[in-house]
Amino acid sequence: MKSRSIRVLSRALTRPALVPPQSQSHAAAPTSQGQTQTRAHRQPQQQRPYSTHPPNARLNLPTDYGTTPLLAHSSQTALTNPELPAEARNGTTKRMNLFQAVNDALSIALAEDESVMIFGEDIAFGGVFRCTSKLADTYGAERVFNTPLTEQGIMGFAIGVAAEGMRPVAEIQFADYVYPAFDQLVNEAAKFRYRDGACGRSVGGLTVRMPCGGVGHGALYHSQSPESLFTHIPGLRVVMPRSPVQAKGLLLAAIRSNDPVVFMEPKILYRAAVEQVPTMPYTLPLSKAEVLKEGSDVTVISYGQPLYKCMAAIEQMEKTAGVKVELIDLRTIYPWDKETVFASVRKTGRCIVVHEAPVNAGVGAEIAAAIQEDAETFVRMEAPVMRVAGWSIHTPLLYETFNVPDVARIYKSIYKIMGF
Amino acid sequence: MKRTCLSGLSPLTATRRVAQKSPLLVLPVKTSASQGRRSTGSLSQRPDAKHVSFPGAVKSAFCNTMRFEEPSTYPALSTYRAVDQHGEAVDPDFKPDLSDEAVVKLYRDMLTVSIMDLIMFDAQRQGRLSFYMVSAGEEAVSVGTASALEKEDVIFCQYREQGVFRQRGFTLADFMNQLVANRKDPGKGRNMPVHYGSRELNIHTISSPLATQLPQASGAAYALKIQRMQDPSIPPRVVAAYFGEGAASEGDFHAALNIAATRACPVIFICRNNGYAISTPTLEQYRGDGIASRGLGYGIETIRVDGNDFWAVREATKKARELALQDGGKPVLIEAMTYRVSHHSTSDDSFAYRARVEVEDWKRRDNPIARLRKWMENKGMWDENKEKEARDAIRREVLKAFSDAEREKKPPIRGMFEDVYETLTPDLEAQMKELREHLDEFPDEYDLSDFEGGRGSLDK
Repeated sequence: MKSRSIRVLSRALTRPALVPPQSQSHAAAPTSQGQTQTRAHRQPQQQRPYSTHPPNARLNLPTDYGTTPLLAHSSQTALTNPELPAEARNGTTKRMNLFQAVNDALSIALAEDESVMIFGEDIAFGGVFRCTSKLADTYGAERVFNTPLTEQGIMGFAIGVAAEGMRPVAEIQFADYVYPAFDQLVNEAAKFRYRDGACGRSVGGLTVRMPCGGVGHGALYHSQSPESLFTHIPGLRVVMPRSPVQAKGLLLAAIRSNDPVVFMEPKILYRAAVEQVPTMPYTLPLSKAEVLKEGSDVTVISYGQPLYKCMAAIEQMEKTAGVKVELIDLRTIYPWDKETVFASVRKTGRCIVVHEAPVNAGVGAEIAAAIQEDAETFVRMEAPVMRVAGWSIHTPLLYETFNVPDVARIYKSIYKIMGF
Repeated sequence: MKRTCLSGLSPLTATRRVAQKSPLLVLPVKTSASQGRRSTGSLSQRPDAKHVSFPGAVKSAFCNTMRFEEPSTYPALSTYRAVDQHGEAVDPDFKPDLSDEAVVKLYRDMLTVSIMDLIMFDAQRQGRLSFYMVSAGEEAVSVGTASALEKEDVIFCQYREQGVFRQRGFTLADFMNQLVANRKDPGKGRNMPVHYGSRELNIHTISSPLATQLPQASGAAYALKIQRMQDPSIPPRVVAAYFGEGAASEGDFHAALNIAATRACPVIFICRNNGYAISTPTLEQYRGDGIASRGLGYGIETIRVDGNDFWAVREATKKARELALQDGGKPVLIEAMTYRVSHHSTSDDSFAYRARVEVEDWKRRDNPIARLRKWMENKGMWDENKEKEARDAIRREVLKAFSDAEREKKPPIRGMFEDVYETLTPDLEAQMKELREHLDEFPDEYDLSDFEGGRGSLDK
């Protein structure tokens, strides 16, 4: 059992300021030319019912994807990734955004394996997010095709295709629309191998892609992050990439995996996240977390888009107070990499989980419970596990800013956990 | 001699013949709810009977020729027109049942929707709205069907039926308040633009998922039917449910028709078959004879109409409402053929998957507004001057309503926590308090100036 004195000590050691000083990037004064431009552009923007950021904000600034250390801005950074196979490391890179990286992975999969097929609503002309551009032209309408508008049909069809040994990559147009397919996923895909027993058949070839998460104005039906509904289902692997490099490597791993995979793509990153992506085929390991930044005082765990906000909050916190924060990208949300998480939390003694989905019964609950169940980790805890997540509400149009975790809320949680 | 199945024997006459030839054979062919349940005991069959009495096919005659039915050998269901594209009446039995003023009012509704659509589409392009969907080419379907319904009827829309809202009395201010999500929006700023709803007008609030509204419409219709059985002083009411041909591929569509037929629900299913579900053309959506043929499969009275013909749409809906209330209630299906002239939404560029010339051709060939206008001009109740005046006036009204709506404050942010449950749960109360404290601690990080009551709305 932890003694109170250690807690008091930890409180005394690290006490950052609650409100950070004016940040460098924001302090940059606009030029006279810049001011007139700003005015002209701000007028309509101020009337926008979404995506605003207040003029004096120091934390809640738009994510700067052009400079974030979470993306490989140079070829060299991309190719030194130790997880890459040697051929990929010795190859070239190409600048891609996330939808192009998904497209690249799909194209490689179609080219290297004729059992791969891709289908979903509106995918033939390239898909509503352009992830499947040119695939039908290149690989033919037999393997790349539009389906009628029926998610339960798409999923059941995909399961049948997979049951007969093919590798279908089914697209659900928005994660918000996956629910008609829930029965097929939960009762069929997830149970297929278990039910068949010694007969040995499975639908391991199945991958289901779906765009998820908030974009600022998606409201009730274009913003949801329903990953925890799938992480509750034994038999499904649930993956969410945070970047183009990951999207390519994890999607190829998902397609080659012999378990059904729910592959959730944060749609706000489709165009926003741009980086150098190795051109060779490669996979990144499933069920393996990535330590994005090492630190000794707090472990922040997230996946998908909130990682960028975590990073911004951590940068501010480290600047303000000498707190060293470790940031972990879960990547596969289930079955998740407990080893990496436990090792980190044993080191730091503090853990914050960040996700967009509602806090109740979310991924944060699973991680917090697992941490406190693991005796070796539990005894090292300096503070209770904290969660920064969406409130227990639906995803409202006007209030998205106040609902999804932002830099200020993550910053505050680090502050609070350090002061516990 | 071999008899070919079905030859010269429509299902209805077949039933009658059976009844005549086999007086001892009691066939429970009427299955409306008032008829009660079908008993298996009545399915006894005389030796050498010419007809099957299987529980699942009580009217089927035996035949000794093995032949598969080929859908392509059946003629496509015809498309009803009352007025042709020149504005001339083509149905000799068609008699307009509206005064000139009433027709002008409905025409203005169509015009209003079409002008509002153009302005709001541009407003989205200017960044003043996050999203918009136009209904160009489909104004007659929404306004025409709605005009044949009663105020008490209950409506479920998909999302492209602004004409239904307009016809039933949604004002331009109502549209604009929802579109800009201000404090007067009954949706409390929670929904995307065009997700209108009105309790007063008996139109349920729009939900983005497709076809989910359809089984709900069947259930709602059943509720109305039961309520009238329980209290005959309630006037007879129907439910109207709108959807596109793409939505008809969802499982919910099939469930809706089947359950409405089996429970004899007074519901009118109104399909706007506009040729496209985002990029997917009908050829990739279905291979049968449109959506109408499915109504027959579920045992539902069905009509296909020219969706560009306001009068055809209105007449069909009038009759459908009558049918839906007959025999204790029954579903009816209307398939209105139209063309989606514009992009799916402001998020879509349809020229990525269809030729510009295809759209231009359609626009030139026929248009529901132009057709009704020609009809009105032929009758001498409309002319170029009136048209210009109407268009100018509507344009001004839309712009004024838009600018008024933009000036209103946003609803209080407290609204994000409310209505999840009937009352706030302890969890939600705690979260609301946490957010309030957070906003107090970081006032510069959030712009609350637009929201009515600012942070204070989160206080108890």
